[in-house]
Amino acid sequence: MRYLPHTQEDIKEMLAVTGRTSLEDLFDTIPDALKTKTDLNLPDPLTEWDLNDHMEKLASDNIACKGYTCFIGAGSYDHHIPAIIPYLVSRSEFATAYTPYQPEVSQGTLQGIYEFQTMVTDLLGMDIATASHYDCGTALAECALIALRKNKKADKIAVSDLVHPSHRQIIDTYLKPAGFEMVTIGHTKEGLTDLSAVEALDGIAGLAVQSPNFFGHIEDLAACKKVAESKKILFITSFTEALAWGLLKNPGAFGADLVAGEGQSLGIAKTFGGPGLGLLAGTAKLMRDLPGRLVGRTKDTNGEDGYVLTLSTREQHIRREKASSNICSNNGLNAMTAAMYLSTIGKIGIREIARLNHDKAVYLKSVLTAAGCEPVFDQPFFNEFVMKAPKNFKQKRTELINRHCMFAGLDLEPFYPQLTDHYLFCATEKVTREQMDQLAKEVA
Amino acid sequence: MKEINDLNLPEDVKYTKDHEWAKSEEGIVTIGINDYAQDQLGEIVFVELPEVGDTFSAEDEFGSVESVKAVSELYMPISGEVAAVNENLEDAPELVNEDCYQGGWIIKVKPSDNAEMNALMDKAAYLEMLKG
Amino acid sequence: MTRQPGTSGLIFNEPNVWDKSRKGRCAISLPIADVDRAPLDPELTGDAPDLPQLSELDVVRHYTRLSQWNFGVDSGMYPLGSCTMKYNPKTNEVQAARQGFAGAHPLAGEAFSQGALRLMYELEQYLAEITGFAGVTLQPAAGAHGELAGMLIIHAYHAKQGRQRSKIIIPDTAHGTNPASATLCGYKSVNLKSGPKGILEPDAVAAVMDEDTAGIMITNPNTLGLFEEHIKEICDIVHAKGGLVYGDGANMNAIMGVMKPGDAGIDVLHLNLHKTFSTPHGGGGPGSGPVAVTEALIPFLPIPRVEKQLDSFRFVTDCPDTIGRMHTFYGHFGVMIKAYAYILSMGARGLLDASRLAVLNANYIKDSLKDTLNLPYDRPCMHECVFNDARQKPYHITTMDMAKRLLDYGFHPPTVYFPLVVEGAFMVEPTETESKDDIDQFINAVKAIAREAESAPEKLTRAPLLPKVTRLDEVSAARKPCLRG
Repeated sequence: MRYLPHTQEDIKEMLAVTGRTSLEDLFDTIPDALKTKTDLNLPDPLTEWDLNDHMEKLASDNIACKGYTCFIGAGSYDHHIPAIIPYLVSRSEFATAYTPYQPEVSQGTLQGIYEFQTMVTDLLGMDIATASHYDCGTALAECALIALRKNKKADKIAVSDLVHPSHRQIIDTYLKPAGFEMVTIGHTKEGLTDLSAVEALDGIAGLAVQSPNFFGHIEDLAACKKVAESKKILFITSFTEALAWGLLKNPGAFGADLVAGEGQSLGIAKTFGGPGLGLLAGTAKLMRDLPGRLVGRTKDTNGEDGYVLTLSTREQHIRREKASSNICSNNGLNAMTAAMYLSTIGKIGIREIARLNHDKAVYLKSVLTAAGCEPVFDQPFFNEFVMKAPKNFKQKRTELINRHCMFAGLDLEPFYPQLTDHYLFCATEKVTREQMDQLAKEVA
Repeated sequence: MKEINDLNLPEDVKYTKDHEWAKSEEGIVTIGINDYAQDQLGEIVFVELPEVGDTFSAEDEFGSVESVKAVSELYMPISGEVAAVNENLEDAPELVNEDCYQGGWIIKVKPSDNAEMNALMDKAAYLEMLKG
Repeated sequence: MTRQPGTSGLIFNEPNVWDKSRKGRCAISLPIADVDRAPLDPELTGDAPDLPQLSELDVVRHYTRLSQWNFGVDSGMYPLGSCTMKYNPKTNEVQAARQGFAGAHPLAGEAFSQGALRLMYELEQYLAEITGFAGVTLQPAAGAHGELAGMLIIHAYHAKQGRQRSKIIIPDTAHGTNPASATLCGYKSVNLKSGPKGILEPDAVAAVMDEDTAGIMITNPNTLGLFEEHIKEICDIVHAKGGLVYGDGANMNAIMGVMKPGDAGIDVLHLNLHKTFSTPHGGGGPGSGPVAVTEALIPFLPIPRVEKQLDSFRFVTDCPDTIGRMHTFYGHFGVMIKAYAYILSMGARGLLDASRLAVLNANYIKDSLKDTLNLPYDRPCMHECVFNDARQKPYHITTMDMAKRLLDYGFHPPTVYFPLVVEGAFMVEPTETESKDDIDQFINAVKAIAREAESAPEKLTRAPLLPKVTRLDEVSAARKPCLRG
């Protein structure tokens, strides 16, 4: 097997040094009763050729193999990934390295992540960003735990029901065993978080609102901040579409204490939902409360600039049972990817791409309205919006997939049972006017 | 790491099993970590302090001291209310290494029971404990 | 004697990416706007973030130069104990890049994602077979995430029994993520000392196991590289008092095809796809931490689960006892593809050989270096062995000094100062993909460094000299953190 370099001679010589006669002898400390007596029941090994065939067949069973027109977002976005990104991130010095525990030979990763942290703080208008988390949902759950740890008298977190449904489920998973409670805040008929419901609550440590929210609408973050301040609780905001900050006023501008976000839009392929990129940012005051790795700048013995992992005493390998989080590996290579992407699009590119996302979504909404869909809400949105579809839409939608490889929106009923025939549409810079016109034509 | 005989252990303070020192002056008890503790920890990068006004019982955890690779909790040698915290430690945590009995003091406490100081060790007893 | 790999060479200086920014540059091909500009309320609009403005070559050079400062498995031997830095097969990358996988939207619908669902289902089956369990979830995004899932499952199990317990037994050799994960569930960690042989003693477990203890977390082989010989008895003791056994499977690379953790009585086990199953470490992730469970614990697995019906696959969420969701979608699918491709490439025999050769390599290193470095537990090891710096103390040389000098010789150092039970630990895990030739070079380097410790210790205390930077001031980095540019 090509990954196993040992020749028979090698094995003989090495066994001799260990004082054993066979490879089986190396496992003498395993009680015989526990040893597996039969071969593992796995498929016969495939050659590289056969593996390619097998995987090609599997990949062809996914409609994505054909290249489809995607009008769905909901936490996973179809953006153009420039050719240099996969090229650079596949450099094995980045990909096959591990956590930078020996900083002298990890300056590539460390400087790259330091630059990532910096660009994320620029993007979000916050003081500090960590080196990444698994995804927005888990980063948001960590933010909830930070708020609950800082306010020992509170045992609840208020979470808007327009936070991504999966993220709310994750928060619930994390909070329950620790004895905390997530209080769901409903939304108004205008499609925004009902802040009046928050005013009435007691014993909460923080308020979490997603903006742009799951319906695509831009929330009134200034009002959210006011409510949080009046109740002396932490203001947490989240987002699933990172490119929104190329156009919209960022969370830092509204005084957010903590921000959790999804960075998949920053040069990372959708890949059936993972790995994505969890972003977590906070104010300077919360520096020592942030979970996960942090890269800091320092100097070496010659006075040269260099980078190291720092503030490690927050983390599990030092604090152990007193650590605020158990996170060890994060999504490092995806953070590098995002840094490369942000460097590539730059200040000019992010503005233009964000504008195009918004412009195309507005156009899509207008042509769908003309085609007979009902625009349910009248809120400013970024690149996603909700439409009520005509009665026969479900079949049409399936036809559109099978005949035109077009995914026309996401059915919202499984997430919000009262919203029957409501669909969440998304338009990114990748969809063309032609495709949007075609969709409208088919729907009408 | 220093040898036990090279440690700086003043006569005029009391010692605890957690390698802290306590000195009573005019009704206020000043508390810090001793030379053994600072030497073991290495270069200190951060001291987590309580708030003025916080009250604790003896043996309660009131803060912590961090080096790059380790965290050491701080425990109250006596019960009482925090009267002052050493704010210089925020910008210069290294004071604890350089001058642990004077400039590197950590908190000052108004004791709730003056008798508790008697339960602490003097230098000789502390040295016994270290050597044993 | 062959030359050591470490040598000097031309690498490049490179500033921060924003230092190269020049107003007006852009490295992306911008699409042409084919719709009208839509106005947006200026109150909602912000300034464009102050990202750098670079040309495409600026970006390419920047990251190419940065990569030159890094050391990966592809650069040289990387014997980080408990990390399993084995070779990352490139065909796995080809598979993950297939358009059908990379372009798949997670909400496209099961009917249009049968390829992905089949891959997940089959991977679950393979991992269950390798570990000896009844059910698997692929959802956790990393080992620590899998540990949390495992703790949540144990917590949910006890809740269902009607009596929640408050403690978890954790050996002193445990990885820090173990007690941290237990704490996240509200459990108090009960620290358990390993015995003089470096493994857990059943009597010690029995002494602390009671009906208020939810269970025990065991790593087997443990972080000293030793097989926990009393594992079956320990599981029995815990089970007798109604507790569950959590297995930390980070060291699975030692026992594939040799023994199955499920057969020893473990109830729930996590795996690290980025360790045992060859997916790349990425400089700190993304990894993947699947969790395998016994039949009794299947109802508690996170949702959604993958189910097979005739010859098609679907997601199932109607699981009333589930611990809930742990990841926004289904876990790190991109990582799963690579592990799946690896298992298909190796087959049963290949995985068994991998474990056997990993253990051979570690024992060969142990027996070759035990006269050079102090070996606290001179017993047969599994896939890793732990030395320390006791012999170098007279020269005032530490494990850290030896590790830094190894860099100049062209090797990534082993894991240092872990596990905590060994002072100055030096944990070596070669993995099976290192050849005898490369291992001999490593052994010779360590021997040379030990000689230098005696005759020229400043070569170690000043090391490393060859990488881009010398030792870094971690104290100032922690005292005055500078976390952004």
